[in-house]
Amino acid sequence: MAEAARRVQSGPPKRIGVRGWVYAGRYGLDRYLYILQRASGLGLILYLFLHIYETGIRLRGEAAWSATMALFRTPVFVVFEFILFAGFVFHALNGLRLIFAELGWLLGPPTRPVYPYRTSIRRHRPWVYALMVLTGLFVALAAWDIFVLLD
Amino acid sequence: MAERTHGAVETGIVTVTVRVSRFHPETDRSSGQQDYLVPAGPGMTVLDALVYIKEHLDGSLAYRSSCRMGICGSCGMFISGLPRLACQTQIRALGPVVTVEPLPNYPVVRDVVPDLEPMVTHHTAVRPFIVRGGEEQEYPTAEYLQTPVELDAYLQFAYCIKCGICLSACPTLATDPAFAGPQALAQVYRYSADSRDDGRRARLGAVDIAHGIWRCHLAGACTEACPKGVDPALAIQLLKRLIVADVLGIGRRRGPAPVAPPDMQAQRRPDIPAAPPATVPGGSGAQKNQP
Amino acid sequence: MRESRWWILSLSAAALMVVLLTLHMGLMHLSGLMKVLGVDPGDVRSFAAVMERGRSLAQMVFYLLFLGAALYHGLYGLRSVLLEVTPPRGQGVLSGLVLAAGLLAFAYGAYVTVRTFTG
Repeated sequence: MAEAARRVQSGPPKRIGVRGWVYAGRYGLDRYLYILQRASGLGLILYLFLHIYETGIRLRGEAAWSATMALFRTPVFVVFEFILFAGFVFHALNGLRLIFAELGWLLGPPTRPVYPYRTSIRRHRPWVYALMVLTGLFVALAAWDIFVLLD
Repeated sequence: MAERTHGAVETGIVTVTVRVSRFHPETDRSSGQQDYLVPAGPGMTVLDALVYIKEHLDGSLAYRSSCRMGICGSCGMFISGLPRLACQTQIRALGPVVTVEPLPNYPVVRDVVPDLEPMVTHHTAVRPFIVRGGEEQEYPTAEYLQTPVELDAYLQFAYCIKCGICLSACPTLATDPAFAGPQALAQVYRYSADSRDDGRRARLGAVDIAHGIWRCHLAGACTEACPKGVDPALAIQLLKRLIVADVLGIGRRRGPAPVAPPDMQAQRRPDIPAAPPATVPGGSGAQKNQP
Repeated sequence: MRESRWWILSLSAAALMVVLLTLHMGLMHLSGLMKVLGVDPGDVRSFAAVMERGRSLAQMVFYLLFLGAALYHGLYGLRSVLLEVTPPRGQGVLSGLVLAAGLLAFAYGAYVTVRTFTG
């Protein structure tokens, strides 16, 4: 119906596009958590493919395996291992929050919108802070283990 | 929105530079920006500034507005980095230079006027009205019975003014134009949670697709940007819960709200005259039931 | 009602992995901490330790389950991201490619696991 009446020639929409996955603008914390969840997820799945390949090295015998493990003890790989662990901790804890929130639990019931609005996103901030604290804690533990205890 | 527009409000006039995006699709290949100096008094909104520009500085400026009080949803624009209603944005809270651009993720008709067709298309596709079997919707006989608790389950989401700002804020729509958008999805929940409605199946089928509700990842930008506190992100997550409960076969399924029985219906006061005879053949249901 | 099934499955895989992957990561990367707490798993990455773990039936089942869940969840997420940046016409092809990559990776990983088990 509207198509026949449409004679307006419009310009193309501005879309922030994939750039928005790096810097999204002046939005709140949750948008950046979404970006980080995406980034850590992509990093982890990429790692998983490499990891599956790497576990297959054991079938080539002990020498090949030990050489690979020696490589993984070099500083570059140790740092990478730490980043991987940090990425996993964040993705898992944030993911846990998302499992509950996306099933409607942490966000609270609908309320009447009375200005100034207290949105469900703001109301569930304590959970976000809790997950950030836990993430920090586990990452600190991992850093201690990987860099100090050297294991 | 109070958190975003707070600033010291001094008395007197301050000159603000309003940098407006100008674009004529027939002649321009890309948009440009034009600066205007606007004397801003206390309480002046961005819309007031645009009106001032059009009246005193440049009559060729195009923008859309109507009620100027935040209820019609016409004046959504991308103002200094966030999508907002121009009539609800205090210009002096934004700093010495205020940029005004058209809403992202919509085609641009002219200057800062967006073509809201993407939102309208997605919205109409989800059948945003009460769907019931039988003739009650076409030929109403009486009111439906709905408790205040049942009303509260969806009322917040009924306050949507269809301004389109949430679609501009959504990160999924920033890359994927096929995504249904927070407005349409929130309205699916608004009607599915409405106890008077019986059309849940068809609506859920429309959004339970690859580019439907499952491409929402709870970035919350739609809720942050909404000028009416409708909280579309909440509606969408509650809708996900509805769909999951449906798929897993758990949760109670109550029937749609019944029509009020005669002893509970409102009665016409004796001093109020009866309705005139029907002009449409068959008449309305209410006229059939005239006492 | 079809896309919801894949999403629910992804969520279930995620919930499973919060447990399994935490155990796996804890064992592999936090063995120093475990020693401090009194549990000494030895050198978890030595060839002997790896092969010994791989030969237990429980471990084999655990690894296969774990591999399946991890690949499914990860690739569902990858498909989700890619769907948002490709036009709708290519949707089926994209899903097919992701599925193929997943099946290949699972096949290889399962092969390694079973070979380790059977010796």
